[in-house]
Amino acid sequence: MKLELSRVIQGGARLGVLQGIGRTGQHSLKVPGCLLYTHFGTVPHLTQDTLQTVNNLPSVTQVTLSNIAEHQEVLEEFKEGFKAFAGLHNTVLYCSLHDPATRSPTGYATNKTVSVWGSGGRIELTASKFMALLKTVKPDWYQSMADGETWQTNTSRKRIRKSVDRTLAYLDECLLVHQKSQDLDGVELFGVVEGGDVMEERVRSARETAKRPVAGFCLDGLQTGSVDQALRTQLITSMTTELPEDKPRLLQGVGRPDEVLACVEAGVDLFEGFFPFQVTERGCALCFNYDVSPDPECAVLELNEEKHSAGDNMQPKGDLNCEDQTQMTSFEMNLKDKRYQDDFKSLVEGCGCYCCKNHQRAYLHHLLVTNELLAGVLLMIHNMTHYQNFFGAVREALATDKMDLLKKRVHGETRNT
Amino acid sequence: MAATVERVIVSSNPENSMSLQKALSAASPLTLRIVAECPVTKARACDLTLPHCTVNTPVFMPVGTQGTLKGITVDQLESLGCQICLGNTYHLGMRPGPDLIVKAKGLHGFMNWKRNLLTDSGGFQMVSLVELSEVTEEGVNFKSPYDGKEILLSPEKSISIQNSLGSDIMMQLDDVVSSTVKGPRVEEAMHRSIRWLDRCIAANKNPDKQNLFAIIQGGLDAELRKACLKEMTQRDVSGFAIGGLSGGEEKNDFWRMVTLSTDHLPQEKPRYLMGVGYAVDLVVCVALGCDMFDCVFPTRTARFGSALVPWGSLQVKQKQYAKDFLPIDPDCHCPTCKRHSRAYLHALFKSDTAAMHHVTVHNIAYQVSDGKHLIKLAKLFKFCLV
Repeated sequence: MKLELSRVIQGGARLGVLQGIGRTGQHSLKVPGCLLYTHFGTVPHLTQDTLQTVNNLPSVTQVTLSNIAEHQEVLEEFKEGFKAFAGLHNTVLYCSLHDPATRSPTGYATNKTVSVWGSGGRIELTASKFMALLKTVKPDWYQSMADGETWQTNTSRKRIRKSVDRTLAYLDECLLVHQKSQDLDGVELFGVVEGGDVMEERVRSARETAKRPVAGFCLDGLQTGSVDQALRTQLITSMTTELPEDKPRLLQGVGRPDEVLACVEAGVDLFEGFFPFQVTERGCALCFNYDVSPDPECAVLELNEEKHSAGDNMQPKGDLNCEDQTQMTSFEMNLKDKRYQDDFKSLVEGCGCYCCKNHQRAYLHHLLVTNELLAGVLLMIHNMTHYQNFFGAVREALATDKMDLLKKRVHGETRNT
Repeated sequence: MAATVERVIVSSNPENSMSLQKALSAASPLTLRIVAECPVTKARACDLTLPHCTVNTPVFMPVGTQGTLKGITVDQLESLGCQICLGNTYHLGMRPGPDLIVKAKGLHGFMNWKRNLLTDSGGFQMVSLVELSEVTEEGVNFKSPYDGKEILLSPEKSISIQNSLGSDIMMQLDDVVSSTVKGPRVEEAMHRSIRWLDRCIAANKNPDKQNLFAIIQGGLDAELRKACLKEMTQRDVSGFAIGGLSGGEEKNDFWRMVTLSTDHLPQEKPRYLMGVGYAVDLVVCVALGCDMFDCVFPTRTARFGSALVPWGSLQVKQKQYAKDFLPIDPDCHCPTCKRHSRAYLHALFKSDTAAMHHVTVHNIAYQVSDGKHLIKLAKLFKFCLV
């Protein structure tokens, strides 16, 4: 893979395209961008027919070992790799360790092992088991094994230091196997940068990881809820200073639009696309404004209306330290709210997704109140579309120097230009 | 509202054709055209034209109880070939309620389903929720499970809700008694159903847009059934349902009542056998002269990982399929079988709800195409092709 940057904004933000991804090198991904979040290769709630109603899907599909590890035997017997097993065609497969939408328990990593949680419980992985698993999965790209159990506040400095050391040790072991395996020929490996909330450890981890022959970098341990955005920005900046400009940076576990914007400005290129799923699970629809086109007045009015009158259980914008990722944010509307019972407008005016073209808020409200499965399907389609469009807006804003305006829109701070 | 009939082929009985000409009337919301008839059994293939589109019978109608077919979009349903599906008056009458649905331009508008809808009366819930209900001549008294309020579902109320829903076919409110019940209650229910049918006919505010079907009752008693048939066939309705069966009775009693009913129902109106959905029963009952069927079974069983196949069913969650790399049915052309293996679905059931949707899509394709296979079979037996 090759990162071609068309713009680098002073202070960190980058705009460009990740070219030549996939074993055949035929795919590309615009950055800043996000990956296609899946459970075992399936976008939550969606089958191929419903998935295809979403335009501009990311070209990279993310799967996680927490979903896959327990199926190793089946995949070994299948022999042809996960993509073929899951019926995935024409996509790049990226394999991560953990599912970004769920918090893994801490306290299980050792000097030689990390753990993932499957449907049947904890599965322990040594570096060699990790690599064996990956050879069976046959992804196009994967993250190295890592100890990221530092996301809880009050993790000791000693523990953080250990996570950096271990992660480097795992990386070296993985690289050894990677370089010797014909099976992994043409497959990209990302190193994982750790360091908790300690600046010096972040710098050390970044510096050391950058010395290894990796294709790019995962920034771990900064998930939503682990640190506030101000500190996150500082820590990211301290890492990116040590990282080569021409290799991509993927930030794990961060998906809220305001956090995405701040992290893009700090130099992050890629995000995991799990946020729309979390919004869907709480029966909400993304409705925040991201319009930076020349005549924004009408768009602004429509979308801000929702936020100003949103319910009481909404998380205040300033509070980013909320541990509970299931809490509703200010970027979404709660369709279970009674006010939508007889609201016959589409979810978001001008959205254009299958849900907005075919259904109304009142119908979504009914589906949620009656616990119908279709609610998840329709909300997932809308939320993915909205989120993808948001990333398009981020790239446009970077190209046309409108990041300040975009930030204002997303935070719902303006009604006029 | 009488059904318009078009008899395109010459039946084996010329006397019938003569009297049938009399049945032709002006524009009606239902037209039945018999396309082919089996010379051996009572099976027939028809084109049933309803306000939203034409339905090819024999037809299996999937059930979308609460204004949605669990997990399936209306687009998916359309591409699976579904021409008519069901909505449930009791549930929709509770949530979101008829007033809201009127505001949404009927159930069609609310769900955004462009083809046909059939709504049942809410009566079956009497049998299934019997602890909460009490039947009187006026109607059925329910205690709402949502807010404990007492509700009366009368023939007038049921039709009023169905008028608001705007379905293409409405079912009369009948006094439903389980087929396992014996004794005077069965006769009482049969007579009451006739009286309620008359009240339903009178209550229909949209006779030119919405069809009303009668439901033949009488339990497993041949004399009671015949009495009911004699009375109900004198009423001006677009079609007839055979009710009170598919509730756990012996199969030999079941099919005897079905064939008795079709013997006494007019040829030129559709016959709807309610609640019948197992593949074997479908084939038998088509041979006995039924045109329309509904059942929650195929969609419900899908959510438990049970896929319907020509040789029975396949429990995809069972261990034996973990390494089975064939699709559910190698001969099936549904979206699920074209892309996914049993092994993938087996694993997916541990990770995401979409696994249920994949099997639901397959089961709908199976049941709906089942009807199409039966149509093909029926056409093979015909005298002349249209």
